[in-house]
Amino acid sequence: MSLYKKSGAELSKMLRRKECSSVEICKSILQRIDFIENKTNAYITICNDILQQAEKVDNKLSAGEELHPLAGIPIALKDNISTKGIRTTCASKMLKDYIPPYDAYVTTKLKNAGVIITGKLNMDEFAMGSSTETSFFGKTSNPYNKDFVPGGSSGGCAAAVVSGEAIMSLGSDTGGSVRQPAAFCGAVGLKPTYGSVSRYGLIAFASSLDQIGPICRDVKDTAMLYSLICGHDKMDATSAFREYTDFGSHLYNNVHGLRIGVPCEYFGNEIDDEVKESVIQAINLFKKYGADIKSISLPNTKYAVNAYYIISSAEASSNLARYDGVRFGYRSEEYESLSDMYAKTRSKGFGREVKYRIMLGTFALCSGYYDEYYQKAINIRNAIRNEFIQCFTECDVIITPTYPSTAFRAYKHKNNVTKLYTNDFCTVPASLAGIPAISVPCGYSSEGLPIGMQIMGNHFSEELLLNTAYTYETLSGGLKNERI
Amino acid sequence: MSEYESIIGLEVHAELNTKTKIYCDCPNLFGSLPNTNVCPICMGFPGTLPVLNRRVVEYAAKVGLAMNCYINNISHHDRKNYFYPDLPKAYQISQWNTPICENGFIDIVSDGRLKRIRINRIHIEEDAGKLLHDSKYNDSLVDFNRCGVPLIEIVSEPDIRNSAEAKTYLETIKMILMYLGISDCKMQEGSIRCDVNVSIRKKGSNKLGTRCEMKNVNSFSGAVRSIEYEIKRQIDILKSGGTIKQETRRWDDAKGKSFVMRTKEDANDYRYFPEPDLLSTYIDKKEIEKYKSSLPELPNAKIWRYIHDFGFSQVDSKLIAIDPERAALFDDSINRMECTPKSICNWLLSDIAKFQNDTKLKISELPITPKSLCSLIAEVEKGNISNTAGKKVLSIMMKTGEDPLDIIDKSNMKQNSDAESLKVLVEEILMNNQKSISDYKNGKTNALGFIIGQCMKKSKGNANPAMVRDIILKIIG
Repeated sequence: MSLYKKSGAELSKMLRRKECSSVEICKSILQRIDFIENKTNAYITICNDILQQAEKVDNKLSAGEELHPLAGIPIALKDNISTKGIRTTCASKMLKDYIPPYDAYVTTKLKNAGVIITGKLNMDEFAMGSSTETSFFGKTSNPYNKDFVPGGSSGGCAAAVVSGEAIMSLGSDTGGSVRQPAAFCGAVGLKPTYGSVSRYGLIAFASSLDQIGPICRDVKDTAMLYSLICGHDKMDATSAFREYTDFGSHLYNNVHGLRIGVPCEYFGNEIDDEVKESVIQAINLFKKYGADIKSISLPNTKYAVNAYYIISSAEASSNLARYDGVRFGYRSEEYESLSDMYAKTRSKGFGREVKYRIMLGTFALCSGYYDEYYQKAINIRNAIRNEFIQCFTECDVIITPTYPSTAFRAYKHKNNVTKLYTNDFCTVPASLAGIPAISVPCGYSSEGLPIGMQIMGNHFSEELLLNTAYTYETLSGGLKNERI
Repeated sequence: MSEYESIIGLEVHAELNTKTKIYCDCPNLFGSLPNTNVCPICMGFPGTLPVLNRRVVEYAAKVGLAMNCYINNISHHDRKNYFYPDLPKAYQISQWNTPICENGFIDIVSDGRLKRIRINRIHIEEDAGKLLHDSKYNDSLVDFNRCGVPLIEIVSEPDIRNSAEAKTYLETIKMILMYLGISDCKMQEGSIRCDVNVSIRKKGSNKLGTRCEMKNVNSFSGAVRSIEYEIKRQIDILKSGGTIKQETRRWDDAKGKSFVMRTKEDANDYRYFPEPDLLSTYIDKKEIEKYKSSLPELPNAKIWRYIHDFGFSQVDSKLIAIDPERAALFDDSINRMECTPKSICNWLLSDIAKFQNDTKLKISELPITPKSLCSLIAEVEKGNISNTAGKKVLSIMMKTGEDPLDIIDKSNMKQNSDAESLKVLVEEILMNNQKSISDYKNGKTNALGFIIGQCMKKSKGNANPAMVRDIILKIIG
């Protein structure tokens, strides 16, 4: 009985009805991993105590303890989320043997809820990329076709949940790293409002943009996992003081009167026809069920990619400076002096893409260039945020494609990363504005690859986004294709 | 020296004595075993985040108010990026564009006049760790205990003109920090350090010369010597027809010389940018008012008051005010109104200061209180005990903490100031020393001393010598 195919919500019910045990679920997941991991390469580390964790939860459940709905459900984490005692590599040679001495806020939340942590998932090195090809541990494959990328940087997350190697996963999104792989693999991915999920223990790429978010197989699971991880954390000064509802238990199926903005800038020539058509079809479906569709314009969208790459690289150049070989991580085997040790350690420990962005960011912050680049990017960022806030006085949500294309072939952009950067223009505006955005599957291309639709909302409108996505999922019937 | 004048600005770093560090909960302690007051946050482990210790903001705002600064309602935090093994994140969280305090001043007493030194800014930042170059391991080791210890940096305008002013400025800052109770100000533990900026120009010119910055100045005397060295160095260069190059120099206190660290061309570009992990810091008007009203009377105000209310010399006033505990003991004693301010001052600065010097104890560690000190001084002033006996009583008080009146009662030191019984004593001595009386009357004035001596001897030293003298003169006058 293929328990690994079931959703977290289903398994949660089955556990409570004693129709299965957490150990059985985990065994099913482990079998699935055995069967398919060599094709997907979704994991960097698989925990060796999965069954022991499951047994503990089973014991508590049979003792009649009240546990969190996700207790006993196997969940995997992107390998930039710190796990005490379990190596956390950021898919980098620099941290290939790094074992954190503490748990991230979300890790603690999962552990306290009795979630089974199955392991750590592959990603682009230090979350820089959109294909999971830059990992020191090799690329991950798209579950729909192993010659295609799963997206990134949380490619391991999307691949693992879609191929049945984990029931749910947590990724991180800086400029689309949760939404785009979800779109490429036919999963649901939520980038929450900046400040709603603590970043404590998330290994920083770009601090003002990074947010942890769930990647799951359906909207309900996404809502349940998000409910578990959101909330104020005193260890993160950018964490918002707010009360959050239980998003998973209140999902409703209604878009009547919902004002949906459709910005023309996200439906131009850059978008593949098949993608465009699928998203427009989805919008028409909303219209049919009573939504109010508005054509809108977000003219600053065209500056978003430039601003994003300057800000994220600038912050990364500073965040990644601590990998100097002094206290932890990789250190060059040979060196002649302190500065030589720094240079050799960082030259050999980081991959090409990471070094490229560190240099870009360092340049943008240099005196003499700061105003020209970094300050301008900050100004654009403010303009984009204001544009969104203004827009949300007229509409409740904004719908766009998640990415201009479906998953691309591995190594396609190997020699042209800037082309790859420009393709992020659908996802980076929400990141710059700090607003939440969710990607839901909306059909398949002629090649049989999933297409993602992005729904954005105002700050802290996750409930509305999840309900809108849930309505679409229900109306469209969700995924039809078999996973590999 | 005559044709040139020097322009000096100081950047003073002071460690704050908060219980915990600036961005994490680790204890802020000096002298612990290496790497024991550390956690993943101050060690800069991946994924950790800073959370600002609000007490640091309070302390900085108080210093700002004490130095007449404008307190910014909103201040920002910035990253200063550079690589060094004692800086675990490879950036220091500091404040760049908007510090907590700006545009203040302090007045220093220089050459007997008040001189105003403007303060450009005061900002908060984190300290770095310490490198230990240990020959035992033939390697360099890092102690991260000091990482994240809160610092304020007080930046002056270039208003200081010579090394003596610089020293007074540093002393005044130290006094203010001690009074606010926010820094231990222990030079030997590095809790105050400074960078010195020096330029020189022809007298009468209003153009600033090229400045050089000296780092690693860890004592006030070092500041004086490094400034004098630098002024001489720059004048020598100009006199020999050279030009001053802008550079950062390292002061070597042991050698009494400074050495080039880096020139303008290879100056660090710190790539300051806003710290994304911290929000802006808000201090509202109410909070500022609260801090303002909590400020103690500051040392300069005290010195001024001592000079004007009590007629003390500037030297004495400063000696009392420089130590907040001594000043507090003095003020509390004055308020008891049991003895004169001048006597309290004399006792504090002579016998008590000497005792402190011998024992290295702070005022707060001495077993005396305003009450016990005043009752001792009052006994001496009233003539109940002699000055010499008073000193003995004090030394017993210091050892046992006993009440001075009890000590006096027990030890027979009470002085006889009873006019009647002294008259009987004097008459008896005079009767037996007729020759001395005639000597005195014949102009041998030292015969009087002999008679007083006889009276003191007879009374076993308890007679009030001044009264004895008066009585003798009245009789034989």
